[in-house]
Amino acid sequence: MSANNDSIQKTLLVAILLCLVCSVIVAGAAVSLKPLQQANKVADRKQNILAAAGILQPGVDIDEQFKQVTTRIVNLEAGRYATEAELAEIKEAGLDPKNYDQSKASKMPELSEKLQDDPASIKRQADYAPVYILENSAGEIEKIIMPVHGYGLWSTLYGFLALKGDMETIAGLGFYQHAETPGLGGEVDNPKWKSLWVGKKLHDEDGDVAISVVKGGAEPGNPNQVDGLSGATLTSRGVDSLVKFWVGESGFGKFLTKLKEQGA
Amino acid sequence: MSELKKVLTEPLFSKNPIAVQILGICSALAVTTSLNVTLVMCIALTSVTAFSNLGIALIRHHIPNNIRIIVQMTIIASLVIVVDQILKAYAYEISKQLSVFVGLIITNCIVMGRAEAFAMKNGPVLSFFDGIGNGLGYSVVLITVATVRELFGAGKLFGFEVLPLIQDGGWYQSNGLLLLPPSAFFIIGGFIWVLRTWKKDQVEESEYKILPNTEHSGGH
Repeated sequence: MSANNDSIQKTLLVAILLCLVCSVIVAGAAVSLKPLQQANKVADRKQNILAAAGILQPGVDIDEQFKQVTTRIVNLEAGRYATEAELAEIKEAGLDPKNYDQSKASKMPELSEKLQDDPASIKRQADYAPVYILENSAGEIEKIIMPVHGYGLWSTLYGFLALKGDMETIAGLGFYQHAETPGLGGEVDNPKWKSLWVGKKLHDEDGDVAISVVKGGAEPGNPNQVDGLSGATLTSRGVDSLVKFWVGESGFGKFLTKLKEQGA
Repeated sequence: MSELKKVLTEPLFSKNPIAVQILGICSALAVTTSLNVTLVMCIALTSVTAFSNLGIALIRHHIPNNIRIIVQMTIIASLVIVVDQILKAYAYEISKQLSVFVGLIITNCIVMGRAEAFAMKNGPVLSFFDGIGNGLGYSVVLITVATVRELFGAGKLFGFEVLPLIQDGGWYQSNGLLLLPPSAFFIIGGFIWVLRTWKKDQVEESEYKILPNTEHSGGH
């Protein structure tokens, strides 16, 4: 190492050149790989939607499988599909209605509201939410898949809840992102536990939201109860409140009631 | 040529960065719950160490002494970002599981340690292979830890069922502790113990000796 390496000019020159070279490399990698990364994200979401509805076929192209699913935007407050004017409003706020990002919308004041009553600890709720609809050949809704999220023990759990065409029977529940304790709360990913949800009913005979995760085990034969996860009381409680919240009045409740009336 | 072979093979056991120098433990605890994730992490770390060594060795005669650590960090950080971007594009599932730990390669003491201790003083080719060698030494320990953790913690290897779990109707009661980070401490400890029983020269001399009991010990 020669002595003039330590002169101020040389130090500045090396620092500037190095920063230039490194930033070109980093920017080059980020820009050239961006399309692939975004495609991965979209495919991942589609895969989770299909998995929640229990119709994911392994080994078949995701995009091909997803063709049977229609994406619609729902106005949660009014309990109906968003009108053209509302879609335009979403577009104006800078979001693409075709690829609506609910979590981004929940951070924008013009598209979301701060929750007063917040059992699922999500703080802000977006005014609009996407739903994914699977229709049979007669054009009737066979399955409807809704994004849900809420706080567990360590993290917010993000997942999808799928209902059968009667808007009452659960067809599946799955979480695609969470950071609960592996082996305890992380068992929300256990296929055996997830299968307990299939066939459960959202409401009791009086029409109240009754679906719940029960610590210590569900009563046998009760159509509204699912076993809690052993050793994961807080995660179970989190799942319980997030499901209740999203099928309730402040979630998709109004929308589901309307769909049910139309179907009847 | 023998020099090359030495820098490649020595870090595997006799100068293992984790077992002998106790560097890079942090990620060894975090990413070793399943073999798939571990392998990707090992490849990522090995390539970062190799290429940062190469880059630093190439410009080592021009690095001003008083900003050398910053120069090394800049090169390492850029490489880590590139690796992270590549993983997100080509191995999305695994990059989700690795999450922040790819980014934390920047602070991995092995990368920094090799850059400062080896690449600043040696030629590019030798430095490149030193990086690969140390990456492999890291990988040996991580793969051992991950094999134990995944097999006994989840009853699987590479995600395939080996020991059928009781929860799924099999006979094996999994050990939940192995899925939590502290278990890697025990396994790395065991690894070091075995290694030092085999290679006695790695045993460090104790810094002090416990004196024998005095003659008047004991009651009357």
